[in-house]
Amino acid sequence: MQKYSVFNLIKNAFSNHENWDLAWKDPTPKKEYDVVIIGGGGHGLATAYYLAKEHNITNVAIIEKGWIGGGNVGRNTTIIRSNYMHDDNALFSEFGMDLWRRMSQDLNYNVMFSPRGIINLAHSDAQMNVYARRGNSMRLNGIDAVLLNREQVKEIIPMADFSENVRFPIFGGLMQPSAGTARHDAVAWGYARQADSMGVDIIQNCEVTGFEVTGGKIKGVRTSRGDIKVKKIGLCVAGSTNILAEKLNMRLPIETHLLQACVSEPVKPVLDRVVTFGAGHFYISQSDKGEMVMGGDLDGYNSYAQRGNLPTLQHVLTEGIAMMPFLSKLKMLRTWGGIMDMSMDGSPIIDKTHIEGLYLNCGWCYGGFKATPASGWTFAHTIAQDRVHELNAGYNLNRFNTGHLLDEKGLGTKTWIS
Amino acid sequence: MLHIKCPHCGMRSQNEFSYGGDATIKRPELGKEVSDQEWDDFVYNRKSLRGKHWELWQHLSGCRQWIKVERDTATHEIFKTLKANQEIS
Repeated sequence: MQKYSVFNLIKNAFSNHENWDLAWKDPTPKKEYDVVIIGGGGHGLATAYYLAKEHNITNVAIIEKGWIGGGNVGRNTTIIRSNYMHDDNALFSEFGMDLWRRMSQDLNYNVMFSPRGIINLAHSDAQMNVYARRGNSMRLNGIDAVLLNREQVKEIIPMADFSENVRFPIFGGLMQPSAGTARHDAVAWGYARQADSMGVDIIQNCEVTGFEVTGGKIKGVRTSRGDIKVKKIGLCVAGSTNILAEKLNMRLPIETHLLQACVSEPVKPVLDRVVTFGAGHFYISQSDKGEMVMGGDLDGYNSYAQRGNLPTLQHVLTEGIAMMPFLSKLKMLRTWGGIMDMSMDGSPIIDKTHIEGLYLNCGWCYGGFKATPASGWTFAHTIAQDRVHELNAGYNLNRFNTGHLLDEKGLGTKTWIS
Repeated sequence: MLHIKCPHCGMRSQNEFSYGGDATIKRPELGKEVSDQEWDDFVYNRKSLRGKHWELWQHLSGCRQWIKVERDTATHEIFKTLKANQEIS
């Protein structure tokens, strides 16, 4: 593999950059693999990378129905954070933060990780108390958290609405200074390029049509490009999890829902943090190109359509304008949608299943992007060692049966339904 | 925008409705011994079909009645609506 460096950049400039190697190959599927990862998104690519790097398992194929990075890893709002209260979520995410910090060097690919900090705004005394509690929990787990009062927030984001007679006045906020954003496509491409260089086959335009299970064991997978014999399969297909689960006669605590995001026209630098509205569901950051990147609520009904409807967008942007009135002057550049694997307690699942050799990675709701490296790392461990790592022990599938839900919001089932 | 034909009020915009999920889920029978697996299936596990999907909606900003809607989850096309007490045929 060609190393990306300033020297290679200069060298290739002499040939008009026409002689760069392909970043990954386009192999035909082999008849047999040790491990097949279904789903060539961020999590699937990261899993294959860590299987090769941490566990020396390189006879691996990633099977992707479309093209790699065409799903949620290419459709998110690029926010990276670990501001969780519960231990299982906090320790898992903070482990991921460490991988994010080293990712560009690790992958020899600039993922433009920008630890600019995230601020969750509070709009009442009660909410300040809740944030103080969450901040304290975070600090006990070694995660940086700062409770800001109204004046401190005003200094950092003066463009927010600090006038007196607003419906949701800003009382303060909780900041995680080490949180931030990254270039989402680069994450997918960086993992793909390294996985490919270590011998992983990335097979695109290949749809899974069925599974071969005998005696409670995975034996193979049927695809649109032929049958493949395999010892272990990792399912990493986010919003399509239920479709594949049905082929395995499994019912999962997952519903697939639609989430939209949008960007404004590019403007000069105005916002250097990620900010979330505390009286609803709205988040915003500014991309390096100058676009305001925004998102919020689900459309609210089961959907596999990767496009949304305007009422939700209008609702979400109303919240945005309440928080930062200048947004009303901007033109919308693009909107898009992705399909989310919404789990019933709002937390993910990384676990073995009742079928030997079948491993499950799903339920990321709308928090999948930031989890990419930690999810890949722990899923690779779970597959390679055939047992969960302590970091993903809380993300077991059985918790819905035993009642040990991992309910970060404390709101019960389907916390994401508004 | 979705347009949903409320069986009580007629065609209305999606803004007047709120969503209630899979309409085919049945609560385990009252008074009967219910296994953990049955509760699990009732409370958490869902098929989340791609394609035709019977689901509950409430006409929240209208007649406030719950209704059943048959909608395609891949295209958002709506085929049929029923009153809540009408059986899905």
